[in-house]
Amino acid sequence: MKVTLKVWRQKNKSTPGEFKAYQTPELNGNMSFLEMLDVVNEGLANKGEEPIAFDHDCREGICGTCSLVIDGKPHGPHQGIATCQTYMRSFEDGDEIYVEPFRAAPFEIIKDLVCDRKSFDRIQQAGGFITVRTGAAPDANSIPVPKDNSDLAMDAAQCIGCGACVAACKNASAMLFVAAKVSHLGLLPQGQPERFKRVKAMVDQMDKEGFGSCSVTGSCEAVCPKSITLDFIAMMNRDYAVALLKGDPKPIAGGGA
Amino acid sequence: MKIIDRLFNSSLGKKYLMAISGLALFGFIVGHLVGNLQVFGPPELINGYAHFLKSKPALVWGARLGLLAMVAIHIVTAVRLTMENKAARPVQYAKWKENGASKSSQYMIVSGSVILAFIIYHLAHFTVLLPFVNGEGDFTKLTTVFDGHQVADVYAMMVIGFQVWWVTLFYLIAQGLLFWHLFHGLSSMFQSLGLRSYSWWPVITKATKAVSIGIFIGYSIIPLAIFLRIVGSDYAEKARHQLHAETVQVVGSGKEAGK
Ligand code: HEM
Ligand code: FES
Repeated sequence: MKVTLKVWRQKNKSTPGEFKAYQTPELNGNMSFLEMLDVVNEGLANKGEEPIAFDHDCREGICGTCSLVIDGKPHGPHQGIATCQTYMRSFEDGDEIYVEPFRAAPFEIIKDLVCDRKSFDRIQQAGGFITVRTGAAPDANSIPVPKDNSDLAMDAAQCIGCGACVAACKNASAMLFVAAKVSHLGLLPQGQPERFKRVKAMVDQMDKEGFGSCSVTGSCEAVCPKSITLDFIAMMNRDYAVALLKGDPKPIAGGGA
Repeated sequence: MKIIDRLFNSSLGKKYLMAISGLALFGFIVGHLVGNLQVFGPPELINGYAHFLKSKPALVWGARLGLLAMVAIHIVTAVRLTMENKAARPVQYAKWKENGASKSSQYMIVSGSVILAFIIYHLAHFTVLLPFVNGEGDFTKLTTVFDGHQVADVYAMMVIGFQVWWVTLFYLIAQGLLFWHLFHGLSSMFQSLGLRSYSWWPVITKATKAVSIGIFIGYSIIPLAIFLRIVGSDYAEKARHQLHAETVQVVGSGKEAGK
């Protein structure tokens, strides 16, 4: 099979980009979308042209590095699948496929299809962790966790932080990502001590980065490669409201250490 | 205080404001519907109700000011959110799919704007009684006697008002958009306030959709029944004399009766 690609090419942050059309060589349907781009890039490199820059790492759907909006849907045509696990057999011979970067003001485009997702790291650093002493692993089952909660927490922990939710949202809102991170820890006993501080810190950082707000359209959950649901956004909304009502804790001189 | 700052300026806080003000407006919409449906009873029913409201100015003005505050919060926050959301996606995609987003969820600001235009018209039409917006005449001339008092003939105003085809059409369009707004907005309100879980969400979406359909039917049958001359056409004929009379006359026992 062969397809025509319409790829967003942009030299760097400050240069405006444009779409360029590329005819692929003969492809194998069992190639992943990224392998197809590798083949196209090989051709470009052989001709002395600049290869198409795109993000990828594990290529097995667990790292969240691959991105791409493929024909209007982040991560391509399937549900619950990342771009690296999208295969060319999902397309027809002769298809014209638009390949665009994730578009959002906080996801600045670095080059071609590569965008800067450090804003997600900063949100995580604001509170997406628990403060514990390191050392020997604690006894298993020393802290009981209700099975329902551990299942839900695992669902939230599936989030690979790829940013497809932002890419799909008409408002470029990051609430699905932040909600997954907030709920994942908020559902577990280990996350309780910092639960309300966490949600405030992470939402504050999310707002500072310039993401939009949720309009409950549901496109984020529809494109999420890990099928994270809007239930988690409701959970975050609830925690944030409780956190606001509780107020900020009394400041302690020296940070209380 | 941080809580006030976060309520008005954080993304989640603004969603709470939308949801709470939307809920208050929805509460009014339900109460107002129950009041208006009295037009299907005898004229004395709705005229008595209107007279009762007029006789409680503190209650009416309290509710009006509260509603005005809610409308202001809802609109100001809607505009702020819409602008921020636009700014978060400065460059649009060349090829775009809706990816599961319903049309009503994408056009809340559009349906809201038509509702706003309607609210302004509706106030001019039936509250301030501006004569040039109703296509008929000076509605302040419509009076009747209720319980020994001379009162505004709200029933006549309605049955005359909705015989004008373009008034009825505009009301129906506005109700259609209100329905569209609520079809998404009501369930979204639960989401914004965090009142949702895996087991409740299907119930919430179905129930809120049913309620928005109910509101649409309730509000639409009023102008429709009047326009189709099912309700109050005889009364409208009689009351219309009052409207076009040179001097104010009162159907029934005359203006002096109430004094
Ligand atoms: C009687 C009138 C109205 C009622 C009952 C109503 C109700 C609601 C409700 C329940 C919501 C959902 C809130 C949420 O997402 O948490 C909502 C959202 C919204 N309303 Fe209204 N509304 C009314 C009038 C208006 C008007 C006049 C405007 C604007 C001009 C407007 C603009 C919006 C917008 C833009 C949203 C979506 C906000 C977002 O996506 O975050 N509404 N409305
Ligand atoms: S490359 Fe790691 S998830 Fe796709």
